Amino acid sequence: MNQKEHFRKFVYQTAFDSRTSRLNQLKAVHRWKDYLVADAYEDVALEYFAMRNSTGVFDLCPMTKHKISGPDALDYLNRLLTRDVSKLKPARVSYCVWCDDDGQVIDDGTVFHMREGEYMLCSQERQLDWLSISALGFDVTIEEVTHDIAALAVQGPTSCAILRDMGLANIEKLKPFGITWFDFEGSELMVSRTGFTGDLGYEVWIEPAKAEALWDALFAAGRIRGIRAIGTHALEMTRIEAGFIQAGVDFLPADSAVRHGRTRSPFELGLSWLVDFKKPNFTGRQALLAEKERGSRFNLVKLDIEGNKPAKDAYIYNGKNKVVGTVTSAMWSPTAKANIALASLHAPWGKPGDDLYAEIYYQRELKWNRVKARATVVEGVFFDPERRKVTPARDY
Amino acid sequence: MKHDAIVIGAGHNGLANAAFLAKAGMKVLVLEKNPWIGGAAVSRELHEGWIYSNCSYVCSLLRPEIYRNLNLAKHGLQVIPYGGGVTFLRNGDIMGNYIDHDVKRREIARHSKRDADAYHRFSRDVTRQCRFIRDFLLRTPPDPTSFRPRDIYELLYTMKKFLNLGERTMYETIRFYSMSVGDYLDEYFESDMVKAHFSGSGIIGTALGVYSPGTAYVLLHHYMGDIDGSAGAWGFARGGMGSVSKALAGALQEHGGEIRTDAGVDRIIVNNGRVSGVALENGDEIHADIVVSNLDPKRTFLKLFDEKDLDPRMVERARNFKIRGSSGKLNIALDGAPDFPALGENNPLRVGDMHFVDSMERLERAFDDWKNGMWSRDPYVDCLIPTLTDPTMAPPGKHFMSCFVQYVPPKVKGKDWTDEDRDAFGKVVIDQIGRYSPNFKDLILHVEVRTPRELEAEVGLTEGNIFQGELTMDQLMFNRPFPGYAQYRGPMKGMYMCGSGTHPGGGVMAAPGANAAREILADMKRTNVVPETELDD
Repeated sequence: MNQKEHFRKFVYQTAFDSRTSRLNQLKAVHRWKDYLVADAYEDVALEYFAMRNSTGVFDLCPMTKHKISGPDALDYLNRLLTRDVSKLKPARVSYCVWCDDDGQVIDDGTVFHMREGEYMLCSQERQLDWLSISALGFDVTIEEVTHDIAALAVQGPTSCAILRDMGLANIEKLKPFGITWFDFEGSELMVSRTGFTGDLGYEVWIEPAKAEALWDALFAAGRIRGIRAIGTHALEMTRIEAGFIQAGVDFLPADSAVRHGRTRSPFELGLSWLVDFKKPNFTGRQALLAEKERGSRFNLVKLDIEGNKPAKDAYIYNGKNKVVGTVTSAMWSPTAKANIALASLHAPWGKPGDDLYAEIYYQRELKWNRVKARATVVEGVFFDPERRKVTPARDY
Repeated sequence: MKHDAIVIGAGHNGLANAAFLAKAGMKVLVLEKNPWIGGAAVSRELHEGWIYSNCSYVCSLLRPEIYRNLNLAKHGLQVIPYGGGVTFLRNGDIMGNYIDHDVKRREIARHSKRDADAYHRFSRDVTRQCRFIRDFLLRTPPDPTSFRPRDIYELLYTMKKFLNLGERTMYETIRFYSMSVGDYLDEYFESDMVKAHFSGSGIIGTALGVYSPGTAYVLLHHYMGDIDGSAGAWGFARGGMGSVSKALAGALQEHGGEIRTDAGVDRIIVNNGRVSGVALENGDEIHADIVVSNLDPKRTFLKLFDEKDLDPRMVERARNFKIRGSSGKLNIALDGAPDFPALGENNPLRVGDMHFVDSMERLERAFDDWKNGMWSRDPYVDCLIPTLTDPTMAPPGKHFMSCFVQYVPPKVKGKDWTDEDRDAFGKVVIDQIGRYSPNFKDLILHVEVRTPRELEAEVGLTEGNIFQGELTMDQLMFNRPFPGYAQYRGPMKGMYMCGSGTHPGGGVMAAPGANAAREILADMKRTNVVPETELDD
């Protein structure tokens, strides 16, 4: 990859390409960082329901991954991230965000505390520049390992059973956000009970040389339990149902913002629970404390919208017909049977009970129509199945 | 026949200025000393079958509002983007600036993984500066000492734009305008090769080194353009840069304007404290109440005027105006496409700009030679082969190569250039390219070598300075060309300036010409026809 001739290949195939490309009937792909990944393999709806009904497998290889180790790894992460990493025990994962000096979110992601003092940070955007700037004064080693680890998300009600049938003994005992390790054909297979679907599900991590064998073992075990390769479009549906935000969609990463005022703080993304002011110092702390006193500019809210027209890119109005925000993600939820959306609203709008309307443009046979639909602020998640949390996980 | 206005110099700004005046209904005459039009934006057949863009050679800054308003597309102008750029390294490797985002990132990562990610921050910050400056390109700089309502309004507008940057970017902007391109790049990149690649834009046309304060702005000057919204992109004018001038001339003529070539102006005639026309070198006098000079400030005030007609302070300002020659140009006809083995076959970078200096130290040393009155023995060359993109400039399979060279002194060790000096300088450039292209020298059919001597004599740019005056803070915005004269008006009634020596400077923007036209029309109480900036929010 680091050869001069790299320009002959604009895009890379992931470690699972020999398997995914065979299944990709639609040949619908898009670029995700260095790689090409599937939008959908056969049918978005079938792929979506695989994750909510049986098991969907999503190729995660392009996700940005950094290994962080060294004597100051914990101190470093505690300064970098807004939440208290000292509470994160080995073999545990935690959702996290990190901010710039102004308390604006650079990215969100997951931090894996693997073995004692060894961490992995997964993110949407590339972070080596910011991680390196943040490392000044710390005895810490930061290694970008995006291409060195092959990963799959294995998500859905039958995912635990499939992994168990594949030979991962006691996998059902793994708690949400837990990590465990297995031997897979002489290589170490890491399994975490994590995912982007808000459902029972796992992510599996292995060296790229064993990727195809892992895929084959997984699909052999899953054949009788409805396993299916799924593309980004179906995953997008599950993450909106789960209420997860996405960089570049629901917020603009602070290190990409050209225009002033387009970024968001954790408070403005509904992530105040990730900010731990008990920590003496972390990047953005002063700015976030000031914001807490002053009040935030925006609220990111979940909306349940009247009618069945998805409120994609809709303006949100208050009862006095004034624009108070915009929808960032929206869809008809097949599982919640609701017309759901995430929206960024100007403060103070976004409290439960606020009188809000979405202006929705939709098309029927090339004729455009417009509706103004009442939007209700929802607390909690649109779809939150019990199986997401139950341990030991059962065969659903 | 009486003209409403005379424009001296049919360079692209003179033509743009005249085109807008004509569009507003004025009778305009453009006078050009050469038998051809275009100034430094020309296409010339100097070797049979080959068209050279023998001065300016690429296009990005030409204001899209002017392009559209004057209907330059109808008059034959087409600007085609080209792909990226490359620096050849002494170790046989390259540092390529590929246009594809991910390929570019991986290329930078070959030199430094961290720099590959830092490039993201670098482009964000440069884009912030671009967005700030762009809105001012088609505006007349306010006079900060004036209390006229318009100046106060413009100052407030500037202040508002500045405040909109946000606190951090406000600080960064102030730093940016006073920094060297080297110091600026040091804040992002660790690889010397990566820095050397990106710093070239900071010294083009400028008598400053990569570590001289002020060169960060020069980099911005080369990044603030776009082609059809693709920010920072550069392209070729199809048919050479003369197509820009030809299209502007077409627009001028469409509105009834007149161009006279072989009509060098000897002086501007001043009567009772106002201009009344010009005297040509052949002795003819042409009268008009408005005379617009597209020549650089030094030529305008020290050659076209009787010094006694000017305030001594004005003469002093013109004398002190910084317009140092620092560039040269080789235009080469090639019998075929040269090989650059370091690129490998079919590398997309071959259609981009090529450079052969791979370290910041070599760049700084190149400047040292200039300070010592010599051309750089190891120069920064911006080398392109437009004919790999444009099929109209050379016979099929043959090529035109344009080599812009930094640094070339206005005088050699204090003495005038000789033909021997010129040829020795040309050889240095050809040898440098030859080191990276084994068949290059054998393909050469014809070379035109241009030092500041040739550029001044033919184009009329003092010392051959491509920007009509250096782009440093002391000569930008309300200080360009001189404090108190930045609103395109000269020192006496009826006299105006429209060249790149005025705001916002050189680079084939056509903005100075358009801005000057707006001021003239305001003074004439005519309806403005000059377009405003298409604002982006």
